[in-house]
Amino acid sequence: MSREVDQVNQERRRFMGVAAGAVAGTAGGAGVVVAALSSGVSSDAAAAPRTEPVSDRHRWGMLIDTAKCVDGCTACVDACDEENGLNLQAEPLGDDEAKWQNQRSAWIRKVKVQDNASGVVTNLPLMCQHCEHPPCVNVCPTGASFKRADGIVMVDRHICIGCRYCIMACPYKARSFIHEQVVQKLTRAPRGLGCVESCNLCVHRIDDGNPSPACADACAAEGHHAILFGDLNDPSGPLRQALGAQPNRQIRENLELNTGVRYAGL
Amino acid sequence: MGKRIVYREWLIQPERYWGLLAVLAGVIAVGGASALYMEHEGHWVTGMTNSVVWGLPHVFAVFLIVAASGALNVASIGTVFNKPAYKPLGRLSGLLASGMLVGGLLVLVLDLGRPDRLVVAMTTYNFSSIFAWNIFLYTGFLAITVGYLWTMAELKGNRFQRPVGIFAFLWRLALTTGTGSIFGFLVGRTAYDTAVLAPMFVVMSFAYGLAAYMLILMTSFQWDGRPIGPKILKRLKDLLGLFVSSILYFTLIYHLTNLYGAKDADFESFLLLHGGIYTFLFWIGWVLVGSVAPLGIIYHPRLSKDPNWILAACALVIVGGLSAMYVVIIGSQAFPLEIFPGKTVLEFGAPGDVGGAVAPYTPSLPELLLGVGGVAVAMLIVSVGIRVLQFLPESLSDKDMDGLAEAAV
Repeated sequence: MSREVDQVNQERRRFMGVAAGAVAGTAGGAGVVVAALSSGVSSDAAAAPRTEPVSDRHRWGMLIDTAKCVDGCTACVDACDEENGLNLQAEPLGDDEAKWQNQRSAWIRKVKVQDNASGVVTNLPLMCQHCEHPPCVNVCPTGASFKRADGIVMVDRHICIGCRYCIMACPYKARSFIHEQVVQKLTRAPRGLGCVESCNLCVHRIDDGNPSPACADACAAEGHHAILFGDLNDPSGPLRQALGAQPNRQIRENLELNTGVRYAGL
Repeated sequence: MGKRIVYREWLIQPERYWGLLAVLAGVIAVGGASALYMEHEGHWVTGMTNSVVWGLPHVFAVFLIVAASGALNVASIGTVFNKPAYKPLGRLSGLLASGMLVGGLLVLVLDLGRPDRLVVAMTTYNFSSIFAWNIFLYTGFLAITVGYLWTMAELKGNRFQRPVGIFAFLWRLALTTGTGSIFGFLVGRTAYDTAVLAPMFVVMSFAYGLAAYMLILMTSFQWDGRPIGPKILKRLKDLLGLFVSSILYFTLIYHLTNLYGAKDADFESFLLLHGGIYTFLFWIGWVLVGSVAPLGIIYHPRLSKDPNWILAACALVIVGGLSAMYVVIIGSQAFPLEIFPGKTVLEFGAPGDVGGAVAPYTPSLPELLLGVGGVAVAMLIVSVGIRVLQFLPESLSDKDMDGLAEAAV
């Protein structure tokens, strides 16, 4: 009996030793990879590597040229779904299909609007507008909804209590609440039952030194180039140049939120 | 030297008392099980969506919290405004206020996406959020009410009664203003973006709290065979009439304000004319059942003298209050956000997403059971309180009350 126990204990010790080694090895390996990645991209236009705190040197934003946004194209939505694991969401067994469409998380949506006076139809992608004065950050009781120094508005999933006050406050219907148990998710976009989330401008890419969100890349790959991502703080950068070159506005400008996402032709 | 008020524990027969407790415990257990179910499965089992994020539990929770602060008014009238006739009513007022607040808070907390992270809410604050302030307003209200009760019940504490009472009164005003402001300062939402909501919530709290108070007072007295004199009953029901009329007045102002701003005309026509369930609940629930009908009873020459009719009027005010909360909280979420002024939304993302249209919401059974469970918690606290401690005066008959008026300082 006691010998059996000893054997088991030894077995366990050996297992734990191997496991510890494996964990240390993986962590070290990951560290090397991260270091390699971050050292590979250190041009001025790129974001700071993960080892450095985020600074307000950049303010990330976008200009969306609605004239280039094509009716019926969902490349940006599909790319976002894939990049952030939104396509991994599974409808809970027994939920009503129509209700589920309103419960599943959506970070970006294709919107089609018609001007009441002129009848002109405009297509545009709508996502978190990354306000300078975000109402969602204002109302969050715990500070889980926060704005990074570089202007990205996102949710700290560790302290979100799921009160949904930010969803009430957002004028753009940009936020989603996770209504269901999450079975599959991506490491770069963790997702959990009972928390709120929204577009974070593919913050993992920015922090990996590749500041270009999946939606903008996908739009460009389709040849439409309707989404221009860049640094609002860089006067000579492409985004500021484009903003200066054509008239553009913020959605719900009257709220004076100074959004990071701007629209031309709306 | 006038008469002393004699308080006695609630002396109904044990079978009746334990029977009541068993029923309440059953309702609470079912409510708790519902909360557990919703937490385990996730909110998909409720009627809530990303469009209507606050559902039926919020209706109950906000109603209970608002009514809680109103219930404390009865004590305030006695100590702060020095009306001796209200002095014997003070203890029950404090107990009911704490009970309803606890019930409401429980519902609110159990409806969170992550109720297990309550400790985060208690330790991590963002003070630009009214929610964060409310955490202090609510817990502070509980502490102050308990202290207030102590000054009312303990001889040594009597001399602090007035200052504590005044403090409690100011605090409850802040609390209801804070609760109203949860909705009042949401700039993006047409229905909410008006400062009138905060004072309207204060007036609502007066009425709902008093109605709940009268309901509990009259029922507990009736069960125990204690007398309530026509004079005090008349005072209470007249006060209720005044509060209910004030709600109507604020309702009118609220809608006139919205109608005056042309941008909100769409929302008003939705709410007042073709909003389906919301229009129905507004006109039938809020205005007719919750305001006009009780006012009719309260000022009716004959019915207003019948305690049973007064009881009915109180119940109607509460039904109206729940309807009003439903309209304010859910109706204004169902109404589409005005994201593109001057434009019509033709498509809004995935099929089924209701960007430009009215969002559907059907409350589910667990939501209802959780809300009712919160009400039962309030009633359980009151039932146990009046049973084991001396909260209820022995008599509110005119004869006993007359002696009291002379004793007034």
